[in-house]
Amino acid sequence: MTEHLVLRVVSKLLIPPILLFALYVQMHGDYGPGGGFQAGVIFAAGLILYGLVYGTEAVRSVAPPRLLVVLACLGVLLYAGVGVASMIGGGGFLEYGALSADATHGNHVGIIIIEIGVGVAVAAVMTIIFTVLAEWR
Amino acid sequence: MVSLRNLLAAALVLGIYSLVMAALWVVLDAVDVAFTEAAVGAGVTTVFMLLAIAATGRHEKIAHRRPWLPILISLAVGGLLVYGTLDLPAFGDPEAPAQQHVGPHYIEQGEAETGVPNIVTAVLASYRGFDTLGEVTVIFTAGIGVLLMLGIIRRRRHAADDDARDRE
Repeated sequence: MTEHLVLRVVSKLLIPPILLFALYVQMHGDYGPGGGFQAGVIFAAGLILYGLVYGTEAVRSVAPPRLLVVLACLGVLLYAGVGVASMIGGGGFLEYGALSADATHGNHVGIIIIEIGVGVAVAAVMTIIFTVLAEWR
Repeated sequence: MVSLRNLLAAALVLGIYSLVMAALWVVLDAVDVAFTEAAVGAGVTTVFMLLAIAATGRHEKIAHRRPWLPILISLAVGGLLVYGTLDLPAFGDPEAPAQQHVGPHYIEQGEAETGVPNIVTAVLASYRGFDTLGEVTVIFTAGIGVLLMLGIIRRRRHAADDDARDRE
């Protein structure tokens, strides 16, 4: 798609704000609408737009599939790991209150960490599905 | 719409439908759902559908027989679902079981217990944290499944091509 000048310029302008917005939605999910799932999809949408305009090889060089698989695993493990950590802290599985001396504070911290796990896993999986589908012939 | 055979148009209609649904969620004050619907339904899913169409074909095969059995099953299931909705409480009814069970506790104590002002995040990530872990696992499984199936098929095809070339 090297001849589509308008698409290339506009997507180059749009992709950084899309990725930044994804990070905003990720970190602001506890105060406004959004959260890890939406943030992950928006981040992946930025990479998918990049792949649609510049080709999947460009996405591969930014986000190699091997790295994406590792990130998807790490996201799920981070979520489950918070559950195990709260068990070590003396609570039940995923009972974040046990993460800190103050139960409310522990809950807040737990929610932020698991949302990061969700965001990383979702962004990685969506990008994996895009690369595989786009390269399947 | 029912007789749409151009799959490209069908995928786009589905995307537009999702966008309209997202607007409807905003009207119903469910902004978190609207967010997901717009990003997943109208955005990423449409791209996945288009990629799948690009990998297979643009037009549906023309059926030679009238598909009476599928039509009958669709109508029967649709009828049953509509019949089921007749028993639902009225929209926004404060006496509905959904408003009487754990909902009031989440609304009153949610912020004090979790320190998170967005009640949707509090319910999804904390009160229903185990469910959300399951959802993330489902998404993870979907990604691994696509990678294993399509990735391995592709590798086998390439291997077959290489074999054919070697024989020549």
